[in-house]
Amino acid sequence: MSIPADLKYTESHEWVRTESDGTLTIGITDHAQEALGDVVFIELPPVGKTVAAGDAIAVIESVKAASDIYAPVSGEIVGANDALTGTPDQINGTPYESWLFKIKPAADAKTDRLIDAGAYATSIGE
Amino acid sequence: MYRIATRFGLCTLLPDGFTHLAQLKKPKPRAGSTHGLFLFSRTPEARSMSDLQHTPLHAAHLALNARMVDFGGWDMPVNYGSQIDEHHAVRTDAGMFDVSHMRVVDFTGDKAREFFKYAIANNVDKLTVPGKALYSCLLNPEGGVIDDLIVYYFADDNYRVVVNAGTAEKDIAWFGHLNAEGGFGLTISPRRDFAIVAVQGPNAREKVWQVLPETRDATAELKPFNAVQFPASSFGDVMLARTGYTGEDGFEIVVPATQVEVFWNALIAQGVKPAGLGARDTLRLEAGMNLYGQDMDDTVSPLDAGLAWTVDLSDTNRAFVGRAALEANGSKARFVGLILQKENGRAGGVLRAHQKVVTADGEGEITSGTFSPSMQESIAFARVPASVKPGDKVHVVIRDKQLPASVVKLPFVRNGKVLAAL
Repeated sequence: MSIPADLKYTESHEWVRTESDGTLTIGITDHAQEALGDVVFIELPPVGKTVAAGDAIAVIESVKAASDIYAPVSGEIVGANDALTGTPDQINGTPYESWLFKIKPAADAKTDRLIDAGAYATSIGE
Repeated sequence: MYRIATRFGLCTLLPDGFTHLAQLKKPKPRAGSTHGLFLFSRTPEARSMSDLQHTPLHAAHLALNARMVDFGGWDMPVNYGSQIDEHHAVRTDAGMFDVSHMRVVDFTGDKAREFFKYAIANNVDKLTVPGKALYSCLLNPEGGVIDDLIVYYFADDNYRVVVNAGTAEKDIAWFGHLNAEGGFGLTISPRRDFAIVAVQGPNAREKVWQVLPETRDATAELKPFNAVQFPASSFGDVMLARTGYTGEDGFEIVVPATQVEVFWNALIAQGVKPAGLGARDTLRLEAGMNLYGQDMDDTVSPLDAGLAWTVDLSDTNRAFVGRAALEANGSKARFVGLILQKENGRAGGVLRAHQKVVTADGEGEITSGTFSPSMQESIAFARVPASVKPGDKVHVVIRDKQLPASVVKLPFVRNGKVLAAL
């Protein structure tokens, strides 16, 4: 199970990368894509949308299940990977390269939902 | 069979185990039917794996690294990697399913034919040649479906039935009750000593003959919905039936539990691809085949579940259980196929069980839905007002939006060919 050490994670199986400009890039983990199975549909948030931490802001559907994806912090959506929507199964093959959306955190955004690779590994029983 | 996903969020066709996992750390649920990835976390609350039943192929599935799920109390493989790859293997080559959780039940006694003419909605008088089989519903006196099953005729005093896993105990008890109440005097023998492997696909039968060459001559000309027993094959007492749940050709093979692992491995050596419950569901949906517990249950008439063709009323002297209720109530709804329409080449979601269907004549409900790998569209079965017909356009409520869908006749796909079109 791949859990890159240089990323942060949420307990709802998202990975989070902090970019040099402070924005966050978010996708779903290898564990999540494997559990979901073949992804067939994704719905991304619109760029410009203001979100609160914990809001369900995207949807990933595999053949067998529909799953909400949550905003790990409050802020504004500044990017959405629309290219993925045509070939959603890329998420299965390359989960850490298939980013879903980018958030510019609000000034007072709390990052306490984020855990490190070791804590995430423990949370999934690795 | 399938425990239906709760409204509480999880839109899945998978059984109880997933809904239990879904109860974990739920975020605020919203109307619509999505759910966070929490569902895949491990939890102490999930049914303990040691409480689940195992088929004789359980170790083989683990050795193949299958992703396992609780399927109605059985620990079963949902996929061995990609369920879409497994689906395509069945449509283009050969795949196989461990369906040993289903139950073979043998019935012997002089009044066997009379018994089945009374007990089930289809008419075993159609079974005139040994080995011929019939798909039928087992009804309760209110005309609801207790199970759907296949009956094989071997001799006037010797029939075999295969029933669903989740309903097996219920069915056996019901058969026992009818047998006793009617004084038929049959011996009813659930055969837990048997495993079942379904090998399906255009190349399936040839690969089975490579493993069981002694069966080729007797089954090369075997017509669909017929079976042959081989009491002394190289794998013991086996039965090959030209039946299946995928819309492709193939055999469903009853084989002694003690031999099934060697049999399974011999098929793998011939290039047959193991396929799990995920692929089984997309295949059967494309093929227009009902799933008990989802498309119908004891509260649903076969006439409202697309199964009128399995109810034989032609012999007016045949009083079978549930007949009076069916004739009194008739059909109240129509059972149709739906294909979600794409807008600008993109669909707005995936059709799922329990989504509301909005039609010009009132509301209906999806009973089973999925994304079709062979069609690259989302498809579903739905129970809708009786006046709705193929060719109509309806809407399906997905995440609070009304998305357009076309009504089509079932099946969507047969023998590898897509029949239905938007």
